[in-house]
Amino acid sequence: MRRWVTPQRLERYGMLGMNARNLAFIQRYNERSRFPLVDDKLRTKLLAEEYGVPTPSLRLVLRAQHQVQRVGSRLAALEGFAMKPAKGSGGKGIWVIQRRDEDAWVKASGVRVGLADLQRHLSNTLAGLYSLGGNPDAVLVEDLISADDCFSGYSFEGVPDIRVVVFRGYPVMAMLRLSTHDSDGKANLHQGAVGVGLALDSGRCLRAVQFGQPLTLHPDTGRPLDAIRVPGWRELLVLAARCHDMTGLGYLGVDLVLDRQQGPLLLELNARPGLAIQIANGCGLLPRLRRVEALGDRRLPEPAERVAWAMEAFAGS
Amino acid sequence: MNPRATFFATVALLAASGILVAILRFLETGTPFLPGQERSVWQVEARVDLVALGGPVSVSLSVPEDLPQFSVTQEQAASPGFGFSIVEDGGDRRAEWTRREASGPQSLYYSAQFLPRPRAPAAPPPRLPRAEPVFWSEVQGTAAAELLARAGETSSDPLSLARELVKLMATRQGDQNAALLLNQAESRAALLNKLLNDADVPARQVLALQLEDARRRQDLKPMVEVFHAGEWTLIDPQTGAAGVPEDLLLWHRKGRSLIDVSGARQSRVNFSMLRQSVPAETLARAAAGDSAFYKVGLHSLPIEEQGMFKMLLLLPLGAMVVVFMRVLVGVRTAGTFMPILIALAFLQTSLLPGLASFISVVALGLMMRGYLSRLNLLLVARIATLIVLVIFIISALSILGYQLGYSTGMIITFFPMIIIAWTIERMSILWEEEGVREVLIQGTGSLVVAIAAYALMRWPLVQHLTFNFPELNLVLLAAILAMGQYTGYKLSELRRFHAIEEDWR
Repeated sequence: MRRWVTPQRLERYGMLGMNARNLAFIQRYNERSRFPLVDDKLRTKLLAEEYGVPTPSLRLVLRAQHQVQRVGSRLAALEGFAMKPAKGSGGKGIWVIQRRDEDAWVKASGVRVGLADLQRHLSNTLAGLYSLGGNPDAVLVEDLISADDCFSGYSFEGVPDIRVVVFRGYPVMAMLRLSTHDSDGKANLHQGAVGVGLALDSGRCLRAVQFGQPLTLHPDTGRPLDAIRVPGWRELLVLAARCHDMTGLGYLGVDLVLDRQQGPLLLELNARPGLAIQIANGCGLLPRLRRVEALGDRRLPEPAERVAWAMEAFAGS
Repeated sequence: MNPRATFFATVALLAASGILVAILRFLETGTPFLPGQERSVWQVEARVDLVALGGPVSVSLSVPEDLPQFSVTQEQAASPGFGFSIVEDGGDRRAEWTRREASGPQSLYYSAQFLPRPRAPAAPPPRLPRAEPVFWSEVQGTAAAELLARAGETSSDPLSLARELVKLMATRQGDQNAALLLNQAESRAALLNKLLNDADVPARQVLALQLEDARRRQDLKPMVEVFHAGEWTLIDPQTGAAGVPEDLLLWHRKGRSLIDVSGARQSRVNFSMLRQSVPAETLARAAAGDSAFYKVGLHSLPIEEQGMFKMLLLLPLGAMVVVFMRVLVGVRTAGTFMPILIALAFLQTSLLPGLASFISVVALGLMMRGYLSRLNLLLVARIATLIVLVIFIISALSILGYQLGYSTGMIITFFPMIIIAWTIERMSILWEEEGVREVLIQGTGSLVVAIAAYALMRWPLVQHLTFNFPELNLVLLAAILAMGQYTGYKLSELRRFHAIEEDWR
């Protein structure tokens, strides 16, 4: 097995490097003033509501320390919920509570937490433990998502999410992220989640990787990964493409989930999406980005039209 | 013109102008590009601070005379409103400042260049010195007699007597007589001087300056000279070693006190020094004021400031190393520019002690932070607590180091505390969220970058160039700007993306 690859070969694959991403795409196409729209999940949510983009329903927002004292009774009314720091990144500080068990709650990992634990986590989050630079934060409490049946057996503890990179309104690459035992229920690839590259025209599995190594079966459940096909693929891409119109960000990572009842929901947006999606797909982003760039001002106004163009243009790989 | 071309033109212009100015400076002043072609010269500055009482003020400071291994050039004094002259009184050279009327705080400066030279045999003194009479109290007299008797048994001449006396003084609790006398003496040197004179050996107390590059606010160290075999020999009262080390400047050897002041109070003297590299040619051309490069050069600043600039001018290089390592190599570090600060601290402590103390401070801090996270504190309070703890840790390590006999313990205080506290906080959060692996990766990354920067910054050629040719920093600036436009792959990505070549199924 080779451990290194030459820059010439990377170039041939069209791999987008960190420097090129920062300089030629994020700095050029993402306006600084629009970053807060995606860095703050609460603002993203309000914006999504305005544009009619479905998101998991919001149950509670905590903004100040004094609210933490009385949070117990309000949470008692909910069966299961997810607590997220509004300004957290990379899935940090998210607690998923599956159910209530007498006077304690049970996390998705099976760990029981009491009210005191919950309150400590909340006040840490409010103080800015998970936010960039330690700024004061808010906490969102949302309904749980019940993953679509097509993913049963593909995910350990967490809900699989779909990351779509949208460039100037066109979806250019997509990947499914499956949490594993290694990743501790989190969907981040560098923490050990499985990344499944998805064909842009069909939502079928192209290839799957974990820790940068290709694999064919889910490491925990043993289900074959190449059987994956995401249902309602076109609608899902249209939803992702609309997020560009919503935020005005040119280079955008859109994280979506498929809910059993509500269909595709917007989970969060990312103005600096990572590069691992290329490894999961087995091909580089650069040629696709260049094709969209080459469209210049002939870009299509309607999200559905852009998706149709992208599904055709990027079908082959 | 397209913006990219403009950018690269600017970069090229910056680099070219830096190099051009450096060449001009070389042609004009003869400062060589390589260290070692020049003589190193110690520029020493004595600063007298005093508070004048409103009437006439006169200050008399002892300055070096007939030094065995240095020749003195370019003596200068800066002292607004004061008259200045150097007087010689029976072989005792003194700098004297006088003023009819002065009030409030005043600062007087005396500076001179000391050029190392081969040791010249000192001219024999006109008349043989004699031991001075010594007065002891009764108890002291008995103790001194016993001490001298013990030392006398194991010595044969004045030099070995002095060495044995130092040995007796050095053994802790070993000799009660020595302990008793030391408690009542002003300093070890003073006691040694007194004992030697008591034994009828001509000796005198001298004040010496330890020469270290870019040191500020230093004091003189008291030492003892013994007259033996027709010349004065220096004895270090701490080690007993005889002879003058290369890096010791005998500032005050004979005559009255170091400083005499009338008409003022709270007078105090301290010293700053700097090693400069000056070509012999320039040295000969003692008048420095004739070239524009001298007037705008850093050499025209007071020595105290020059020492600071010597350090500051190394920073651009450190910044460039960080940019290189992060953008081109892809090393992950904790905090963007923290590695430079670590490297600067290493410059003060030297590498291994610095590395050891940095790692132990951060490791101990991480352990304490683990406990803090259970206390449920608000973030700002937690970091403030960490700052306090870091100071405790550093004090404890200093004391421990000192007890174990490493003076490096003291130097850890050069580390920027608040940066360390933040590092510990960030590392600790990283630990909780991403695990030990990530902490080790980023910690090692920071240290690797710091060591790379340190290795470059302590290279004599680099230190010589950045200080004597500050315009070369423009070239560094151009390099940093150019790297800021690099869109190619990082070295680490060549490994990170290798899986792209592997097939599955």
